[in-house]
Amino acid sequence: MPDWITRFPKSLSINIKDPIDKAIDHMVVNWSPFFDVLKTGLRAFLNLIGFLVNLVPWWLLIIAVFALTLRMTRKRHKAVLYSLMLLFIGAIGLWDLMYQTLTIVIASVFISLLIGFPTGILISYGRRADAIVRPILDTMQTMPSFVYLIPAVMLLGLGNVPAVIATTIYAIPPIVRMTSLGIRQVDREVVEAATAFGSTRFQALVKVQIPQALPTIMSGVNQTIMMAIAMVVTCSMIGASGLGSEVVTGINRLESGRGVAAGAAIVILAIIIDRLTQSIFKKDGEAS
Amino acid sequence: MTTENNSIIRVEHLYKLYGMNKEAAREMLNRGAGKDEILKKTGVTVAINDVSFEVERGKIFVLIGLSGSGKSTVVRCLNRLCRPSSGDIFFEGINIRELKKKELLEFRRSKISMVFQSFGIMSHRDVLGNVAYGLEVRGLKKAEREERSMEMIKMVGLEGWERKSIDNLSGGMKQRVGIARALANDPDVLLMDEPFSALDPLVRRDMQFELLTIQEQLNKTVVFITHDINEAFKLGNTVAIMHDGGIIQIDTPEGMASNPANDYVENFINGADKTQVYTVKHIMQRPGCLIRSKDGVINALKQMREQGISSAYVVGEKMEFRGVLTLDKALRVKAGEIVFLDAIENDVPTTTAETQISELLPFAAEARVPIAVVDDKFRLCGIVSKAAIIASMV
Repeated sequence: MPDWITRFPKSLSINIKDPIDKAIDHMVVNWSPFFDVLKTGLRAFLNLIGFLVNLVPWWLLIIAVFALTLRMTRKRHKAVLYSLMLLFIGAIGLWDLMYQTLTIVIASVFISLLIGFPTGILISYGRRADAIVRPILDTMQTMPSFVYLIPAVMLLGLGNVPAVIATTIYAIPPIVRMTSLGIRQVDREVVEAATAFGSTRFQALVKVQIPQALPTIMSGVNQTIMMAIAMVVTCSMIGASGLGSEVVTGINRLESGRGVAAGAAIVILAIIIDRLTQSIFKKDGEAS
Repeated sequence: MTTENNSIIRVEHLYKLYGMNKEAAREMLNRGAGKDEILKKTGVTVAINDVSFEVERGKIFVLIGLSGSGKSTVVRCLNRLCRPSSGDIFFEGINIRELKKKELLEFRRSKISMVFQSFGIMSHRDVLGNVAYGLEVRGLKKAEREERSMEMIKMVGLEGWERKSIDNLSGGMKQRVGIARALANDPDVLLMDEPFSALDPLVRRDMQFELLTIQEQLNKTVVFITHDINEAFKLGNTVAIMHDGGIIQIDTPEGMASNPANDYVENFINGADKTQVYTVKHIMQRPGCLIRSKDGVINALKQMREQGISSAYVVGEKMEFRGVLTLDKALRVKAGEIVFLDAIENDVPTTTAETQISELLPFAAEARVPIAVVDDKFRLCGIVSKAAIIASMV
C-alpha cells in the first residue's frame, strides 16, 4: 500500500510559518517609525488615563461606588457589600495594582468603543461590509489570545502599550456585533417612518436607529468591558502592570497566597463593574 | 378639463419587479404570462403589474386587496420608500420619480406623510416627541414645533398625554399618535397603510369615524389601504381593488357593489355584508325555556318564572316542534279559560340551520318571539333572536 494513503503526504505540505515570521521581521525593521509614533501616542494616552484615575483617592472611590449602587439598584445591602469588597482589595494591599489594571482597562475600552461603534454602524448598513468584517471578528474571538501577544511584543516591546493593543483586539468584537445587531433589529416600520417624514440618512441614524438600538448596544459595551478585564490579566505575560502581574509572580515563585489574593481582587473588580454597568443600562432600557 | 385640475396624484403604468432577471420577466409580462409562471421561470417577483389610477384632491382613495396583492408596495412608491421599476407618478404635475435627493426630502417633509399598520412609533420618545418628529427633521424651532404638535395632539384627543411614554398607550392611542404625527407636517396627502388593521373592532370603528371627521375638517387627500371591504366602502370616495399586483376595478363603492367587474370582485363584495355569508347555525342559541307538550301548564309557568322569560317553546316526545306558549295564554289556561293544547301558538316562523341570515331579515322584523330553528324532521334545534340577527350584521 502506498504511503500517501495512510499518511498526509509530505509533498503537499506548505510552509506558512517562515513567511509570517519574515513579514513580522520586515515590519519590525521597516515600519518602526510608524510603530514608534503609535507607541508614543498610546503611552501618552495611558499616562493621561492613569493620571485621571489616580486623581480619585481610595475613600472617594468607595463612597462613589456606594452612592452609585444605591442610586442604581436602590438596595442598601448591595451598596454596603460592594463597598466592603472594595475595602477588602485595599486591605490586602492591592489597591495601587488595581488602579493600574483599571487604567489599562479604561484605555482599552475607550479605544475599542471608538473603533467598534462606527464599525458596527457601518456593517449594519452594507451586506458587503458585513461579509468582510464578520470573519475578521470571528477570527479575533476564536484565536487563542496568547497568539497575538507575540507580534505585539515584537512590534511594540514589553509593557502596558502592547497590552492595550492586545486587549483592544480581544475586546472589540462584542461592541461591533451588538451595535450592528441592535441597529438591524430596529422595527422596520419605525425606520420607514423616519424616512417617510423626510429624515436624511444621518438624521434617521442619530434620531431613531441608535436610540432604538441603545439597550442592545449597551449590553455590547458591558461585554467589551468584561472581556477587557479578562485580557488585561492575560497581558501580564507581556509585562502589563497591575493585578495580573501579581498572579504571574505568584506562579513563578509558587506562592499560592499571592496568586489567590490577586485573583480575588480581579473577581471583585469584575463583579462590581459588571453589576454597575448593567444596572445603568437597565435603567436606560426602562426609560426608553 | 375639470377632472385634470382636481387630481392630485396620477399614477401611470406603474411596475415594480423584484429579482435579477427583470428583462426576461418584462418580456413574459408583455406576452401576458401570469405572476406565478414568471416567478417560476425567471425568479422575478412581480409586485406591481401595470397599475394606473388618479386620486382626486380632498377625497379618500382606498386600495383594497388581500395580503401580497401589491397594495402596500404601490403606496410606498407614492413617497418613494420604494423605487418603481418603471412607470410614472405625478404629484401635482411633478414626476416624483425624477426628484433629486434634496427635492425628495422636501417632498416628504411637506407634501406627503404616512401612517403605518403597526404604528411605526419611536418608543424612545414621548408622545409629543413622536408627533413633532417630522417638524424636527425639517429644522423647526422647538417652541414652534411643539406648539403645532400640541394642536394635532388635541385634535386626535390625546390632550394630557403629550408627556407620556409610548409604553403607557393602548393600540388605539398609539395609532392616534401616528395620525397626529402625520398631520403635524400639514401634508397635502396622507398615506395610510392598513392603519386600523391591528386594532380591535370597537376601537377600529371609532378611529374610522374620527378619520372621517378629521378629513372633513382639514380636507386632506387620503390614500388608504385595507383588506377589509367594509372599511373600504365606509371610508372610500373611490375604491380600487387589487389582485396579483394589478388593479381589477376602480369605482365608487356604490358603482362597485352594483356592477362588479368580475367574480373576484363580486366575491370580495359579498364578504362585505356578513348576513349573506353567515347562516343561521352561526348565531342560533338554545331556547331558554323548553317544555314538553305532556308537561302541562304548571310546569311551563314554573320554568318561565325561573328563567324570567315570557314565552316557552313546546316540543313533542322526540323534540318535534309544536309551537310557542306565551305567558298570558299560559295564565289563561291556568285560570281554566282555554285548554292547554289550544293555547300553543303554532303559526310561529321557523327556519333551518343552513338558511342565510339575509333571508331571515323580513321575518325578523315581524316576529314577536325568537324564530325557531328546526331540522328536516321538524325537530327543534335552537332559536334565533332579533338581537342575535342584529349583532351579526355589525
